[in-house]
Amino acid sequence: MWVLVAVAVVVVGFALRLNSMLVVTVAGIAAGLIAGLSPVKIVDAFGTGFAGSRSVTVFIFVLPVIGLIERYGLQHRARTLITRLSALTPGRLLAAYLLIRQVTAALGLLAIGGHAQAIRPIVAPMSEAAAERRHGDLSRPARERIRSYAASADNVGAFFGEDIFVAVGSILLITGFVDTTYGLKLDALDVALWAIPTAVCAFVIHGWRMLRLDRRLDELVRS
Amino acid sequence: MITAEFVYWLVAALFVAVAVIRAVDRTDTRRFGSAAFWALLAFCFVYGTYVVDKSGSAFVEGLAVLAVAVLAGFGFPGRGTALTTDEPTRERLAQRYVNWLFLPALLIPLVAVVFGSVLKNVKPGGTPLLEVGSETVIGLGVAAVVALVVGMALFREPNPMVPLREGDRLLGHIGWAAILPQFLATLGLLFTAAGVGTAVGKITDSVLPHGLLLLAVVVYCLGMALFTIIMGNAFAAFPVMTAAVGWPLLIEQFHGNPPAVFAIGMLAGFCGTLVTPMAANFNLVPAALLELTDTYGPIKAQLPTAVPLLACNIVLMYVLAF
Repeated sequence: MWVLVAVAVVVVGFALRLNSMLVVTVAGIAAGLIAGLSPVKIVDAFGTGFAGSRSVTVFIFVLPVIGLIERYGLQHRARTLITRLSALTPGRLLAAYLLIRQVTAALGLLAIGGHAQAIRPIVAPMSEAAAERRHGDLSRPARERIRSYAASADNVGAFFGEDIFVAVGSILLITGFVDTTYGLKLDALDVALWAIPTAVCAFVIHGWRMLRLDRRLDELVRS
Repeated sequence: MITAEFVYWLVAALFVAVAVIRAVDRTDTRRFGSAAFWALLAFCFVYGTYVVDKSGSAFVEGLAVLAVAVLAGFGFPGRGTALTTDEPTRERLAQRYVNWLFLPALLIPLVAVVFGSVLKNVKPGGTPLLEVGSETVIGLGVAAVVALVVGMALFREPNPMVPLREGDRLLGHIGWAAILPQFLATLGLLFTAAGVGTAVGKITDSVLPHGLLLLAVVVYCLGMALFTIIMGNAFAAFPVMTAAVGWPLLIEQFHGNPPAVFAIGMLAGFCGTLVTPMAANFNLVPAALLELTDTYGPIKAQLPTAVPLLACNIVLMYVLAF
C-alpha cells in the first residue's frame, strides 16, 4: 500500500504548482524506491520508459510548418474571416466561433484561436458591438457576461476539438502510456475517432447555451 | 516493414537544430542551458532506438532523461529572441496568400489519415507495410514533411532555416511542457513496476461492489474530472486514474474497448479543466486579459456546460465502449 505515496506525490506536487517535470521525476523515483528497486533499476526504468514512449512527443514535429504559416499571416487571415460574422447577434456569433474553433482544432489548427490572439482582440469586442447594436448601451454585468462567454467558447471549442486531431499531446499520451505500461498496440487514429461523440455533445450543449445568451442579455437589459 | 524509428530521428534532428539556434543566440543569457536541454533530448530520441531493440543501455538513456528533468527543474529551456515577421508584414502577407495559408496545415491531418486508415491495410507479401500500432505516428512524420515542402513552395521560401527558426520560436513558448506528456507516460511504467495499479486495484475492489459496470464507469470518469480539478491538468490525472480503475476494472475485468475507454476518459478529465482555477492558463489568465472584475467569470460560464458534458461522457463510455 505504501506505493500509493508516489501517487500522492503527483497529486500534491501538481496541486502546489511545483515544477511539473520535477514532480513527475520525484514521484517516479519514490515509486521505485518504495517497491524496493535498486537505484540502477530505477534509472533503467526511466530509460526504457522514455525510449518506449517517444511517440508521445511526435506532435512537436509539426511546429516548424505551423510557425511558417503563422509567419506568412495565418492568424491575420483567420481574423479577417472571423470578422465576417459581425452581422450576427452576440449569441449566434459566439456559437459560430465555437464551431469554427472546434473544427479548426480538430484539423490541428489550434494556432488560429486563443484568448490572447483571438478572444481579446477580435471575438469579445465583436460580441460586445453586436450586443450594443441590439440593446444600446451595455451595463457592466452584461459586458462581463459577454466576455466570459467569449472566453468559454474558446476553451470548450479547443478542448473538445483538439482531441480529434491525432498529433496532439493528449492522444499521444494515451497511446504512449498504455502501450509502454500495458503492452498494447493502440493506434492514435482509433483513439482520436472516439473523441468525436463527446465533441458533438460539447457543441450541442455549449452552442445551445451560447444561443441562450441573447435571451439572458434581454433580461439583463430589462432589469 | 517501415517502423516509426525514422520519425523519431527526424524529431531528434529538429531538436538538434533548435539546440544550435539557441546556442548561437548571443542575446539569450540562458542560451547554453536551453541548448543543452534540446541537445540531450535529441540524444534520448536517437539512442532510444537502440534501447528499444535492446542493443543500447537503458541506464545511459535513463541518466540523460534525468538530466533533462533537472534542467527543466531549473526552468530551462527558455525562450530566445524570435526572428519572425512583424504585424504589418503579416497583415500584408495574409492579404496576398488569403485562404492558401490553410493549405499546408490541412495537409497534415489529411496525410496522417491516409497512413492511419489506407496504408495501414497494405500488406505486400503478407507482412504489413507499416509497423502495427505506429501507422499514425509514421503518417504524422511524413505529413509534417509534405506540409513543410508544400508550404515552402507556396511561399517561395528557399531557406530551410526559416521554418526551423519558427519551430524554435514556438518551442520557446512551450518550454519544458513540450515533453511533460512523455514524462507522464514514463511515470506510468514506474508506477506499474512498483505495483501502484495492484494497490489501488485492491482498494477499489474492496470499496466497489464487484461486477457493477456502470459504477466503475462513473468512478473512472468522475475520478478523472476530480483529479483534474485538484491538479489542474488532465494529463497528470490520466496515469493515476488509469492505473487505479481504467485498466484493472474497465479493461481487464469488463473487457472494454481500450481506445474508446481511454479517449472518453481523457475528455471526462477535460470537463474538470473547464471548472478549475488550477488550470490558470485557460480560466484565470483570460479573465485578466479581458479585464473582468470577476476572476471566476470564465469558470462560471463553463460550469453549466461541464456538468452535463461529464454526464454525457459517462453515458457515451457505458454505451459505446462495452
